[in-house]
Amino acid sequence: MPSVCFYFQVHQPMRLRHYTVFDGAAHYFDDYKNSTICKKVAHKCYLPANRLILDAIRRFEGRFKVAYSITGVLLEQLDRYSPEVMSTFDALAETGCVEFLAETYYHSLSFLYSRNEFIEQVEKHAERIASLFGQEPRVFRNTELIYNNDLAALIESMGRFDAIITEGADHILGYRSPDFVYRPSGCDRLKLLLKNYSLSDDIAFRFSNRDWREWPLTSEKFAQWISDVNGNGNVVNLFMDYETFGEHQWKDTGIFKFMQQLPEEILAHPDNNFKTPSEVVDSYEATGTVDVPHIISWADTERDLSAWLGNAMQSNAIHELYRLEKNIKKTGDTRIIADWRKLQASDHFYYMCTKYFADGDVHKYFNPYDSPYDSYINFMNVLDNLESRCAKHIDGGAFCGLPQNADAPEMQVAT
Amino acid sequence: MRPRYEGGNIRVFMLGWEFPPFISGGLGTACHGLTRAMSQLGMEVKFVLPRMVESEYATHVKLLTPGSRATGKYDKFRELKNVTFHAIRSALQPYSSADTYAHRVEEYLREKREVRGGSVSSASQLLGGADYGGDMYSEVHRYAAMAAELAEVEKFDVVHAHDWMTYPAGIAVAAVSGKPLVVHVHSTEFDRSGEHVNQVIYDIEREGMERANKVIAVSHLTRSIVVSRYGICGDKVEVVYNGVDRKAGWPLDDGGIGSDEKIVLFLGRITMQKGPEYFLQAAKKVLGIMDNVKFVMAGSGDMMHQAVEMAAELGIGQKVLFTGFLRGEDVQKIYKMADLYVMPSVSEPFGIAPLEALDNDVPVIISKQSGVSEVLTHALKVDFWDVDEIANKIVAVLKYPPLQLTLRNHGNFEVRRLRWRDGALKCAKIYEELLVTV
Repeated sequence: MPSVCFYFQVHQPMRLRHYTVFDGAAHYFDDYKNSTICKKVAHKCYLPANRLILDAIRRFEGRFKVAYSITGVLLEQLDRYSPEVMSTFDALAETGCVEFLAETYYHSLSFLYSRNEFIEQVEKHAERIASLFGQEPRVFRNTELIYNNDLAALIESMGRFDAIITEGADHILGYRSPDFVYRPSGCDRLKLLLKNYSLSDDIAFRFSNRDWREWPLTSEKFAQWISDVNGNGNVVNLFMDYETFGEHQWKDTGIFKFMQQLPEEILAHPDNNFKTPSEVVDSYEATGTVDVPHIISWADTERDLSAWLGNAMQSNAIHELYRLEKNIKKTGDTRIIADWRKLQASDHFYYMCTKYFADGDVHKYFNPYDSPYDSYINFMNVLDNLESRCAKHIDGGAFCGLPQNADAPEMQVAT
Repeated sequence: MRPRYEGGNIRVFMLGWEFPPFISGGLGTACHGLTRAMSQLGMEVKFVLPRMVESEYATHVKLLTPGSRATGKYDKFRELKNVTFHAIRSALQPYSSADTYAHRVEEYLREKREVRGGSVSSASQLLGGADYGGDMYSEVHRYAAMAAELAEVEKFDVVHAHDWMTYPAGIAVAAVSGKPLVVHVHSTEFDRSGEHVNQVIYDIEREGMERANKVIAVSHLTRSIVVSRYGICGDKVEVVYNGVDRKAGWPLDDGGIGSDEKIVLFLGRITMQKGPEYFLQAAKKVLGIMDNVKFVMAGSGDMMHQAVEMAAELGIGQKVLFTGFLRGEDVQKIYKMADLYVMPSVSEPFGIAPLEALDNDVPVIISKQSGVSEVLTHALKVDFWDVDEIANKIVAVLKYPPLQLTLRNHGNFEVRRLRWRDGALKCAKIYEELLVTV
């Protein structure tokens, strides 16, 4: 009796404005672009998809369930640009059929570079989710599903989580199926939920692909594939970007209609049901241990870090960023710290990816820059300004005896 | 009989106007690359040049006048084994205007008089043309007449003319021989002169394109000019990109200037078309941020003096070096010294130099208003007028080694895929289509 566990990743980065070496203003983000994109995605995806999910939950009287992981940077933007989306998430939270997961507040790669910063961001996100939706997150997912044994150990040691989510990559599972609950190697209590990437990507990537032999994908056909798991697995984890609905797969592909009909088709089989990640954890015991000594992610075919850290520019930018941590935190200036943290979003490094760049593929579609080089130059110019603000702040505080939160001169320029 | 496809045994009567080492710009380089690749594909190329050179310059090319009815083999390089060169004595030079042409002839005559003790009394006597008219336009037509004469004794399947000065010759040869004509547009009057076009040259260009069976443009940028400004039907215009020949193993001594100073290079003719003033304005801005950088302007042209004066006026004269026109090994040397190549061209039909720069491991900033930006992805791209952005990018490349490294590695790799062989194959395909239909 396979349970279907849906989890949707909901995230939009804060994009940087064009920032040259001649700029001096301490304002780094493109408010106009961010607000335009946020409103557009809200209109095309978040609002209609939330309405669809809410309808399904009501229609099936609690038998349809989903989970979301919403990043802190998106929550801030929704609050500012599309507050109506927040109220629909509130309504979803109130149904009791929706679970909210924990992740790093800033959608960062901090686990790889600073454990302290990582823990602070996870705590900050969990607190934000608790205050908004009245739930203490019990399940953790790391940015881009980046994962290894060390991460599992760290998450278990934090004490607040029962499970962690990652990619059901072939090379970590071997002959085993992702459709069971596992235990991370080295953990006693924490459980591991693995994405069934094949069935997930059928919806997220292949749905509108006319060259795919299964096109067009109907909810009936997909429900049959789910039922086929019966006897070979406990749970089918369907993890994908929420923007799949209406943004990556446009409305006219029929994606909303598919999703609307899917619960009914799946529930038509009496052995099937829907569970949230926490319910999966409570329902199924770990069937084995999965050992992941090397880092994996959900990106590209490589399932590694090369989309964010694959070239010299990316690795230079992120090292320079985390090199500043000590001094940034020393300033105690909330604006400087917040700016530094927003620069940690994995998206900034993704834009610098040169993999496949010449072929003009999916990487390009999500990239606000003309080239990875432009994105690196822009990021480094911003970082340079942030560093000088930080240095000024520390010098100013130390030598002029100013209080820690005094306005640095460039603060007045900020809007 | 070898198949005609893949080059086969198609015989091309090609009309050019410059060839290495006698070059003043990218055209000679392009003709060299294209003919070499054609030769390697087994195509027979008869290359006709208007050349006013004495035999002592022709160290590795045996250049002959059509009067002698003989041919010279370009036998120094094996890859050019299928290329035959013909030279027509003429004062024609690419990239010149009618004024500079008259000036050149004067200068040439003065030199000759000095050398030969005044034994040469008239231009026509010196240049040997029976109906030499004394200005550039009649020279173009004289070249045409002599090329047509030459064509009568040569066997070939197709006529291929490079840029406007050879179009009348192309038309004449095609008319005499009845063979199809292909004109190859490396640049148009709008690229060279902006909106102040020379009507006579425009008319020659337009007639060439109209009379041609096919027009080859070096980029989509140029193709759109050919269609929109010359009224040529788009069906007739094909794009064939230039390539670059790898200079692997070019012997170079490493004894260059070693210093911490960064070098930013402008390499090209110093003319309106190449945007030298934007280079200098960006230099001024860069120097406001960092000091240990020098700007080298390698090339000559009608804006040379203006550029020198402008550098002085901007107060950066001591940071800008002018080398004059460079060729051969000197070009390699300057690339070896450079940290960055900048091409702020106002209008650049293609632009081979950035490919050469990348081939020499120098990262490039190129203007979006260039044909080469259609084929290069691993290059920084700017609007030529956006001096702030040019400076921003120059500073970034000099300041962040990982940027330079990534651009260099990916760019060098990308350039290896832009081969003349592909251009030659595309030309062969165009010829074949013409030969089937004609």
